[in-house]
Parts: sequence; C-alpha cells; structure tokens
Amino acid sequence: MSKPYVAQKIVAEQEPPALEVGVLGWLRKNLFNSWMNTLLTVFVIAALVKVLIPVIQWAVIDALWFSTSEACRESTGACWSVIPHNFRFIIFGFYPQDQHWRPLMAMILMVALLIYSKDKEHWNGRLPWVWIGGLSLMGVLMRGGVFGLVGVESDLWSGLPLTMLLSVFGMFAAYPLGIVLALGRRSTMPAVRSLCVAYIELIRGVPLISLLFMSSVMFPLFLPEGMTINKILRAQIAIILFTAAYIAEVVRGGLQAMDKGQYEAADSIGLNYNLSMRLVILPQALKIVIPPTVGILISAFKDTSLVVIIALYDILKTTQSMLSNPEWMGYSTEAYIFLALLYFIGCYSMSSYSRKLERDLHTGR
Amino acid sequence: MSSNNDVAVQQAVPFWRDPDKRAIIFQAVVLLIVLVVGYYLFYNTQANLERQNITTGFDFFEKESSFEIGESMVAYSAADTYLDALKVGFLNTLKVSFIGIVLTIFLGTVVGIGRLSSNWLISKLAAFYIEVLQDIPVLLQLIFWYAIFYESFPPPRQAISVMPGVFLCNRGLLCGVPAEHPAHTAMIFAVVVGVVAAWFLARWAHKRQDATGKDFPVFLGSLGLIIGLPLLVWLGYGAPLEMDVPVLKGFNFKGGIVISPEFAALLLGLVLYTAAFVAEIVRAGIQAVSLGQREAAMAVGLRPAQVTNLVILPQALRVIIPPLTSQMLNLTKNSSLAVAIGYPDFVAVTSTTINQTGQAIEGVALIMIVYLTISLSTSFFMNWYNKKKALVER
Amino acid sequence: MRLFKMLAVAMGITAIVTGAAFASTLEDVKAKGFVQVGANGNLFGFGMPDDKGVWKGLDVDTGKAIAAAIFGDATKIKFTPLTAVQRFTALQSGEIDVLCRNGTRTLSRETALGLDFTHPNYYDGQGFLINKNLGVKSAKELGGATVCVLPGTTTELNAADYFRVNKMEWSPVVLESTSELSKAFFAGRCDVMTSDASQLAGIRATSPKPTDYVILPEIISKEPLAPAVRHGDNQWKDIVDFTVLALIAAEEMGITSANVDEMLKSEDPKIKRFLGTSAGNGKSLGLSEDWAYNVIKQVGNYGEVFERNVGVNTKLEIKRGLNALWINGGLLYAPPFK
Repeated sequence: MSKPYVAQKIVAEQEPPALEVGVLGWLRKNLFNSWMNTLLTVFVIAALVKVLIPVIQWAVIDALWFSTSEACRESTGACWSVIPHNFRFIIFGFYPQDQHWRPLMAMILMVALLIYSKDKEHWNGRLPWVWIGGLSLMGVLMRGGVFGLVGVESDLWSGLPLTMLLSVFGMFAAYPLGIVLALGRRSTMPAVRSLCVAYIELIRGVPLISLLFMSSVMFPLFLPEGMTINKILRAQIAIILFTAAYIAEVVRGGLQAMDKGQYEAADSIGLNYNLSMRLVILPQALKIVIPPTVGILISAFKDTSLVVIIALYDILKTTQSMLSNPEWMGYSTEAYIFLALLYFIGCYSMSSYSRKLERDLHTGR
Repeated sequence: MSSNNDVAVQQAVPFWRDPDKRAIIFQAVVLLIVLVVGYYLFYNTQANLERQNITTGFDFFEKESSFEIGESMVAYSAADTYLDALKVGFLNTLKVSFIGIVLTIFLGTVVGIGRLSSNWLISKLAAFYIEVLQDIPVLLQLIFWYAIFYESFPPPRQAISVMPGVFLCNRGLLCGVPAEHPAHTAMIFAVVVGVVAAWFLARWAHKRQDATGKDFPVFLGSLGLIIGLPLLVWLGYGAPLEMDVPVLKGFNFKGGIVISPEFAALLLGLVLYTAAFVAEIVRAGIQAVSLGQREAAMAVGLRPAQVTNLVILPQALRVIIPPLTSQMLNLTKNSSLAVAIGYPDFVAVTSTTINQTGQAIEGVALIMIVYLTISLSTSFFMNWYNKKKALVER
Repeated sequence: MRLFKMLAVAMGITAIVTGAAFASTLEDVKAKGFVQVGANGNLFGFGMPDDKGVWKGLDVDTGKAIAAAIFGDATKIKFTPLTAVQRFTALQSGEIDVLCRNGTRTLSRETALGLDFTHPNYYDGQGFLINKNLGVKSAKELGGATVCVLPGTTTELNAADYFRVNKMEWSPVVLESTSELSKAFFAGRCDVMTSDASQLAGIRATSPKPTDYVILPEIISKEPLAPAVRHGDNQWKDIVDFTVLALIAAEEMGITSANVDEMLKSEDPKIKRFLGTSAGNGKSLGLSEDWAYNVIKQVGNYGEVFERNVGVNTKLEIKRGLNALWINGGLLYAPPFK
C-alpha cells in the first residue's frame, strides 16, 4: 500500500527567486518596491547625475592643486591651490612663523584631551583635574615666556587654535557657572531662583552676536578708567556667559531626570545640601547629560565663527583676510569649501560620538 | 532642671542652624552682591561716558538718519529719522524670520519623512543632508550661498526671463504683480473675513461631530471660504487683470516686486540649516508614536489620511512642538547674521546707527530688547499652544 | 551768584584733578614697551596682514613711525584689527594708544566722540568705480543704479547726500567685509561701487580685468584720513602729530632712509635741528633727541612710505595727487621743526 501523502523523495533545494535576494532583491526592496518609489528613485538618480557630473568635473578633473594664482586664472576648474599657498596663515594666522609648532602642539593636546575624555573609564573625579592641567599646559605653550619659550601675546593668537580655544575653553569655563545656575533655578529660595531664571531666559532669548557686540563695544565702558581687558578675552567672556545659560538648561534636565528617591535617600542619611549634591546627585546627573553636553560643545565650536563680526581672527576671518589679497580674491568658493570640510570633520566626529554614547547609556540601564 | 534646659536649647536654635533663616540671609547676601556689582558697573559706565563726553539717551531717534536702506517693506528714505530706519530693520527681521519659519517647517517635515522612507536612496540622501548641513556653521553657509547667488546669475541686461513677467538676474528675482487697484484692498478684507468664517466653521463642525458623529470636510470648506470669498470680490470688481511688470530701465528693472540676492541667500541659508534640525525632530516625533497606535487606528476602520490626521499627528506633535519652538527661535536669532551678507535686518541697521551716533550702549540694548521680546512672545504663544495640545491625563 | 561761581570753580578744580589723574599715554606706552595701534586689517595698501601675517600698509607704517619715534625701534608695536563700529570705542577705552585706521576727521567725531585727530597721513575723497561696459561717463548719470557701499560712517552718508542733492534714486548694498563686497561688485551685484578713491584704486587693481573698470571723475567728498588719539592728552597728541609731520618734513628736506646717515653730517641748521644733531626738539616732545632720525632711518620719509604701499609701482597705482608736497602742487606742508 502506498502512502500517497508522504513525499517519496527529497525535493532538490531551489534558489530563491532572483528578485528577492542578492543585489536585485536589495534593489527591489529598497528602491523599487512601489511605483511611487520607482518614480522617486529614477528622479533622484537623474538629478544626482545632472548635478554631480559638472561638480566632479570642476572639483576634481579640471582642478589645480598646487599651482600659482596665474595658472588658476587660465583654468576652468577649481583652484585648490589657494589652500596650500596660504595654509599656514589660514591655520595659524598671526602667530609668529618660526613658533608654529607651539599652537600645533596645543591643538594636538586639546584633541588628545577630548579623546581621553571620550572613555567612560575616565569619567571620575580626576577628569576635571586632567583638563585643568591640560588647559594650563596649552596656555603655557601658546603664551610662552617661561621654560625658554618666546613670549607670544594673546593678540597674535588666531586661526584654528583660536577657534578651538574659544569653544573648548569657553565650554570648560562655562560648566561650573552652568551648574550653579541650574541648581539655582531649582532652588527653593525665591530670590535666587528668579535671578537664575532671569539670567538664563535673558541669555537664551538674545542672539550670540548681540553679546559679542556687547563684549566689543560695551565691556570697555563697564571697567574703571585705565583698566582694559584684551579683545580675545572679552569675546571669550561673552561666549562663556552665553554657553553657561545653555549648559544650565541641560544640567537642569539631568537634575530633573534623577529619581526622587535619590534626593530622599541623600536627605535620609543626613547629608546636607552641599554634600548631597556633591556626592549623590551631581555625579549621576552630570553623567546623564553628557550626550547633550557634547551637543553644546558642537554648537559652541560652530558659533565661534561669529567672532568674525567683531574682527577676531578665527579661522573664518583668517580665510577672509587671505581672500582680500588681490592674488587670491576670486577663489572664495574653494576656500569656503575647505573650511566647511574642516568644520564638518570636527562636528561630525563629535556628534557621531555623542550618538554612540547615547545608545550605550540607553542600553546600560 | 535638665528637661527645662532641653526646652531652652530647643527654643534658642542658633539662626545659622535654622534653614529658613539661613535661606533668607543667603538670599540677602546674593542680592546684595548682585546689586553691588551692578552698581559698580553702572557707576563705571556713567563715569566713562561722562569723561569721554559721549552723548547718551535716545534723542537720536528723532534725528535724520541720512543713510539709505537697500530694501524696505515701508516707505523710507535717508530724510527719515533713525526711528524709522530701525522700524525698517525690525520689519525686515520679522519678514525673513516669518517666511523662514514657514519654509523650514515645510522642508524639515519633508526631509524628516524622507529620512524614514522605505526608499533607500531617499532615506540616505535625507540622512546625508541632515548630517552635512547640521555640521557646518550657519555663517559659513550664508556667505557661501550669497556668493553663489551673485556669481551664477547674469547682470540685469542679460536677465533670464523665466516666464512672462518674471526675471532672474544678479539683482534678484523680479516678479510682476497686479497693478494697483481698489479691488485689492477689498480682497484683503475678504481674506480676513474668510479666515474668521473658517474658524467658526471648524468649531461648528467639531461640535456637530461630537453631537452626531457626522464628519464634515472642514479643510475643503475652509479653503473654499478663504480663497472663494476674495475671488468673488475680485469678480465683483470686474476682474481687473492689469499687471505691473518689471521693465528694464537704465541700470535696473523698475516695477514689480524684487526678491534681492541678500534676502534670498539669508532665507535659503537659514532654512536649509534649520530644516536639518527640524527634520531630526520630526523623525523623532513620528518614531515616538508607537506602531500599535497606527494599527489600532486602522483596525477601527479609519482611512489612511484620517489615521495620520487624527491619530498619529496629534501625538507626534506633542513630542515635536517644544523642540520645534526652540528651533524657530534659533532661526529668528540666527537671522541676525544678516549683517555679514548685507541684508538690512535689525542688527545691521542698528549697527549702522551705532556707527553714526557712537551710542553703542543704546544700540546693543535695543538689539537685546527686540530679540528678547520676539523670543518671549513666541515662547508664550507656543507654551499656550502646547498646553492646549498636551495630553489631558485623567 | 557767588555760590554759583564757587560751584563753577569747584567743578573746574575737580575736572583738573581728574584730568591730572590720567597716567600720561607716553608713560604708559614706555612702561609696557610697545605702542598698541588700532588698524584696519582688511584694506590693501593701508592696513592688512600679508600671507605671513606681517602687517603692511600706509597706516601701518605710520604706526611704525610712532614706535620708532618713541623707542627708536619700529618693531615695538602691536596691531589690533578693528571694524568700523569698534574703532572709536577701542580708542576711548584705552585698549589702543593710537588709531591709524583710515579714519576721516570730522567735527562730530572730534566733539561728540572725545577724539583728537592729528595731521592727515592721506588726503582722500569719495568716488565711484564702474564697469566701462555700462557706458557711464559721469556720476550724474547714475540715477537708478544699485551701489555697493563700503560701510564706514562717512561713505554711506556722502553717497546718500550726493544722490539726494542730485535727485537720483538708488539702492545700496552694504557689506562690512571689503573682500566680500568687491567680489559681489565684480560679479555684477551692483552697477557701481563707492568708497574713498584710494580704496577704489585698490579694489580696481584686484579685479580679474582692471582695464574693464574706471573711476568716475567726480569726487564727492573730502576725506582727510588722519590718525586719532584720545582727547585730553596733549603731549601724546603732539608726538603722533609731529611724527606724521616728520615724515613730510623729511621729504621736503630731501632726507630719505638711504641718505639719513650722511645727512647727520649736514651743516644746514634746519636739518641739524630736525635730526637732533642740535638738541631741543626731542626734549620738548618728551622723546630722545634722535627721534626723527630713527623715524626716517627705519620707516623712510612720506614719499618712500607712499610709494612703497600705494604708489604707482604697487598694485594700487595711485598717483601722489593731493598727497604730493605743496611745492609739487599737493597739500602736504610741514610746519618748521624748531
């Protein structure tokens, strides 16, 4: 008796349909899965081709990389030569040429500090001290005057070191102020609270440029006669005052996100306000807010470009200054693309780090 | 005896151990420090101003400004006062911010939805857009776009005629507008009436739906009111068709309206930059609504458009609105960078004023007050709106 | 009435006392060891760093001359780049000692801003730069034009005044950055550009095709560009003033950086007084006797400074014009150095 419902032999394994797997399958699933998407894909590809080909022609094929400005005038392509020709001035500005290794070292040191702080292992009480040490060392490198280094006035600090200094140092110096403001805003004392709220809302309500204007034309009038503060320092103060308000809001977010039990637990073991903040609340709250803090660092890094409006020679201003030289005046597009790339590299590495961190912290809990 | 002593000790808690008293003292000290520092700065400023013989006060408002402004929404000439000049700047700031915000929300939503598209190319393109534009300083972008605008378009005598009455050249985009006619005033009035009527219509429809469950096409109805009423008025006036078309006269085009390269570059730069942030917000907002909501809505038989309008959007908006507000404010504040590309916004005009009068303190104070007013009123409005939309917990 | 008089005297005394409480700028400068000069930073030929970050220009050389006069060393100088908005505040607040930033001397600046201008180091006037293709021969034909304006307070005002007086319409495009504005102009964003003629010459020189552009004959304003110092320190003002004049006087006397050492042996009493071989001038100014020698030795006379930075052999190709010596039909005229 045969068994009609049972297969007699094993059916040979078959390839899945060509349209479901492999390149074709991927294409179908991701690009042509409906008539609407097909239309969109075709349209986008056509537009990309139309735009990219002339761009590549201009930026790569016809481009000149290390020529003189005369050669550039003859050519139809991009004149990237403007960058290597003026590289040192763009990056270091007025810093004395023979001392350029010092700002270079300082920048490397700063990147090293940032990389050091990336690691979660290093988030402990030592971190602020490492930063204070690192920043002081950078100050010594830039300023000179000791250990046989030639003194270089801060007026001459310009270019990329100035950009980094204004943003990173500004951020670092603004942090304590931001924490104080955040604690003040959550305080039960009405006078303190309203002062902090007023400060935070005032600063967040006005554009940075107005504070920079203030630093450049009003600060000098605030000081007693005969006393002046260096222009860069004034801008730095404006940036610190500005950043602190944003940090305060971020820290406040962290404080609010803390479990109420933590506050109560700290109270119940008899810690006073200072101790409970220092030992229990802030260490936890500050860890929560590290990703948004990186976000503030990114905006600070980008926002320092506004100091060109008050004629500080950050990297955008050194580039513009170089571009007012008749020889290179026509090549601003190339120079600005180079700058955009620099900023992009800086911001992108920070933002992808902060995203990774956010994921890690999320899964950690 | 000892118990008596205890009571005495309890009654006489030293004031530094009493949290309430300590708080008062602490606050008094803080206030005192703030006041002293404030007074010190004020005193120095006063002394400096006096010593250097710098004029103070807002008397310059009434003086003739003697400078021209490139573009203005109201009539202005160099013979007008500083106050008029500042008004022009203020209106220009409002103009670019308002149009910018509308366009940003639109573009940001499109890119945000594009980021979630099932089409790989679209999604990657949106991601690329978001990543690149977020990471380049907006000032650099503005300068870049401005250069593109004046470098790639021809001079007015070789203007590209996009379509009849519309020209594109390095002086900007020039459009013909209907020539002046009394019908237009009446039409504006009709639009206002239409908007008010549409609002009442929406309320009525909502009530009716609550009472009877019957749906009313509010959107189409409102659209009909807002567009139909002015159209009727226009027809009533005999449909005036005469156009004020830009004509090349001497150096420039005359007539019509002009969108200047400065305005266009500022608008484009701000919109592209801010939209990158808004796109992320929109994406996060949509993702925050759980899939179950969509499935549930579909299960009760709502149409796809209704699913979006009645279920997804109201919930996503709740997540979107607070960060969106801050982006809108950012755009407004960033519009102050106009000074770098020559668009006469409030900061640019104030800066010229400071330059001419030498009154920096008044100028900077004006800038701060104006932006603060814009910021605070926007946040109040958005908070109110947000509260209205917030989840009513029962 | 008596009370009023007493009050007035008291106020006068207070004013004198506070005035005396100023440390003199010269002492300040000597104490810190360098002169802090406010400069433009963006203006080719007047004040701008080159590709090595070294400051160059006519205003820069004026600053160097001041340093040479005080310290005998033209390198004891520091520059602060300033925008048009910042420059006067920077001077008032004491952030800089002297402002050499192509500033026009005007009545309101001397009075309302508390500044003192010294002798001009460049006589300029505002003009118009235009593309030849437009076929414009005179500024009177500019009705309806779009005008690129370099902001500086006087430029915007002069342009507005000129168009108003001639009843012409115009629309301005105002940009703070010279390089950005020139680029916009060459790309055709404006029909015409207006600024001080010297700047226009510089901008014309930087164009891709300088021969396509012409400066219109009309000069619509007087712009005596002069260094400025704080009001109230007469000694310091004299030093800056006479340093500028020394440059001019040296040219009048035919003293150059090349022949100044020989000139030390000159028997001409004028030259002897000027170079300090017969003493007197230096002491009156509070400087060393060889101050003028140092200025000329290290910086050169006015003619040299002019030709080096803006003259016909530079990219700017500016002729001496108003800035020639009076004997050559210009305006430069130094008072006697005695």
